[in-house]
Amino acid sequence: MSKSLKQTLLVIAPLTLLCVWAVFSPRTLGAEEEAPGVAEIVDRTNQVAYYQGKDGKAEVFMTIVDSQNRERNRRFTILRRDEGPPEEKADKYGEDEYRGDQKFYIYFHRPSDVEDMVYLVWKHHEFGEDDDRWLYLPDLDLVKRIAASDKRTSFVGSHFFYEDVSGRNPDNDEHELVETTGNYYVLKNTPKRPDMVEFKYYKMWIHKDSFVPVQISYYNDRDQEYRKYTVQNVEKIDGYLTITKAKMEDLQSGGHTMLSYDRVKYDRDLPVDIFDNYQRYLRNPPMQYIK
Amino acid sequence: MAKGFAPLLYFFLIFFPLIVFSAPAGAQPSLPSGLGEESSSPDVPSGLGGPEEEKTGPSLPEGLGTGDETQEETKEREEKEGAWLGGLEDLPFQFGGFWEVRGGARTGNDPYERDVSLAETRLHLEIQKYWSSSSLDLAADFLYDPVLAEHDVDLEEGEGLFDLRQFRYNFSPVGFMDVRAGRQILTWGTGDLLFLNDLFPKDWRSFFSGRDVDYLKAPSDAVKVSVFGSNLGLPVSLDLVYTPRFDPDRFIDGRRTSYWNPLLGRRAGRHDILETETPDDWFTDDELALRLYRSVMGYELALYYYRGFWKSPAGIIPDSGLFTHPELAVYGASAEGNVGPGIGNIEFAFYESREDMSGSDPFVDNSQVRFLMGYEQEAARNFTVAGQYYLEYLLDYDEYRDNLPAGQRKRDEDRHVLTVRLTKTLLMQNLELSLFAFYSPSDRDAYLRPRISYDIDDHWRVEGGGNIFLADEKHTFFGQFEKNTNFYAGLRYSF
Repeated sequence: MSKSLKQTLLVIAPLTLLCVWAVFSPRTLGAEEEAPGVAEIVDRTNQVAYYQGKDGKAEVFMTIVDSQNRERNRRFTILRRDEGPPEEKADKYGEDEYRGDQKFYIYFHRPSDVEDMVYLVWKHHEFGEDDDRWLYLPDLDLVKRIAASDKRTSFVGSHFFYEDVSGRNPDNDEHELVETTGNYYVLKNTPKRPDMVEFKYYKMWIHKDSFVPVQISYYNDRDQEYRKYTVQNVEKIDGYLTITKAKMEDLQSGGHTMLSYDRVKYDRDLPVDIFDNYQRYLRNPPMQYIK
Repeated sequence: MAKGFAPLLYFFLIFFPLIVFSAPAGAQPSLPSGLGEESSSPDVPSGLGGPEEEKTGPSLPEGLGTGDETQEETKEREEKEGAWLGGLEDLPFQFGGFWEVRGGARTGNDPYERDVSLAETRLHLEIQKYWSSSSLDLAADFLYDPVLAEHDVDLEEGEGLFDLRQFRYNFSPVGFMDVRAGRQILTWGTGDLLFLNDLFPKDWRSFFSGRDVDYLKAPSDAVKVSVFGSNLGLPVSLDLVYTPRFDPDRFIDGRRTSYWNPLLGRRAGRHDILETETPDDWFTDDELALRLYRSVMGYELALYYYRGFWKSPAGIIPDSGLFTHPELAVYGASAEGNVGPGIGNIEFAFYESREDMSGSDPFVDNSQVRFLMGYEQEAARNFTVAGQYYLEYLLDYDEYRDNLPAGQRKRDEDRHVLTVRLTKTLLMQNLELSLFAFYSPSDRDAYLRPRISYDIDDHWRVEGGGNIFLADEKHTFFGQFEKNTNFYAGLRYSF
């Protein structure tokens, strides 16, 4: 056998095997039966993106690059705690699957003019219910309740919206599985209240195995993609798959924001008091959990 | 098998499935209008394998799920972060602050003050040290302002080359209690630039002359004890502030801002500084402030009590002709919470002028009732609108009127004030335009505070603004400051 033929065979053989495997693998064969329904995809994606563990902590480093390539940086620590399901919903969702109210305590380290500032959010799951938000301004010793009902405004001057950071309630949209690729379920999500949002619809590319929303593209009235979220890195932390690096691009202006989550920890038993007793903990940050 | 062939095979094993199963054109430029096709599928990020990648090897251990490129990026970012923080992270305490230059000028001809209202250089330093169950905060200002030409340090007045803003020790003697002792900034109540139950010292000189609004709050030398009901199983929480020696406002006295002097019967300024006698005996001329609060259905309810002195001069000592701070007690209440799409607040306070309970003493201000209601809403994206109505009702008005010395300007029984705050942010929230306006239909005067600020980068901020007083008469609350209308600009470097 000539050397080149041998080489050719050696290339073809495994490829053939691979193709055969690809065609007959249990995954492919069972795809029709195994494919989860749209509701399940939505639920599991939401869980991976926003509800891993019952609580969590992350140090967030944000780099905002505007259309003229000027860079600004933010650094803050997020503490997150999921509320238990209300009794009437406890049957509907198991303890692990509850995707309801959450509380976020966000302590700013940088830039220096906002150091020690604290931002507290009680995110309410109920459709149409506004979140409760407070801001603590250390220089004035002022706990200020914030009147901000629009969740689709920039979070700390970045390309991420409040809703991108805390999670958009899936009940706000109609979901449709428009495509299934090798790696992805592609969902098209259309808002139930178009007047409340700036997009006509958005599409999510959800990784089939992990339910990580790898890309989210937002489309305007002319069906043009104008805003794009992409996951750049994923790690398994404390047993939970975690998005540790993500990018939000403004495709119209050309700016973007990179978000990276460092020192992520889950299930730390964060005391509910930190989030509820805000008159205390906004003024006295719980440094043992923040550091 | 030929040497060098295995890598090729391996290459195919790994990449063929990716070619087959992943979207072919993640790198394709953004599509024209139209729904995305298969070709618009994104690449799988590092840390997530395609389905077949899992077959080719065990899943990577924690922290190693990233490719070389990403690790490099991470390292690069960490290096950048380190450089950007300037090594301040390595200190055993938190350190920060800013350096600022700020200048302002009067636009009207004020016969009693200089044309330059402000020309200062300020270095603000903050140090924080956290221990396991306590912390120390220190904030100090070094400032030089030739307008006043007074450089002697006076920590009560806050003028001079050095001002101590904060020097407090925070600890929890028991689980349900926080204590803050030392020099500190204190705030409570629901008003926006209107204060009813917040009787902590204000620095009106800074406020009217164009310093940052943070400087409206003057420090207290006090002990604050907070008892948290939720940690005791009680529905209410308590704040107690004890100030062993009266801390008055840094009130308008003519040195920097001209004012209506009732003794002279005219406006006066730096040549007629308001002379005061301040109660200043430790532990006898003291202040006590209490707040009892709880949250009910998302509404924050509070009751307040204060015992001390009028914070700004509210009386005259007949023998000496000096202004003074008569005794005062205040009883109040407030509520704040969601109202429709915004936040509403309501506050009430009864000011009991303890040295003139009947209202007939012409040398001591009468008791008052103060009432406030306010509402704030995000009216459009990055645009917030807020409004307040404030009433100051003078009690025993007949006695006041009957005993007013001849020649004194009489104030109204009711002082109504309306305020509006408009805030718009632009350019990724780096540019902020705001206007705060006070308007009193009863005094027929107004005070406008327009401001524009721009964050040049993470360190530099430039800002400009004005303090505009409009008046019909010379003696009304805002009208007396008419000649002080000024515009200012500042440049700040934060670190």
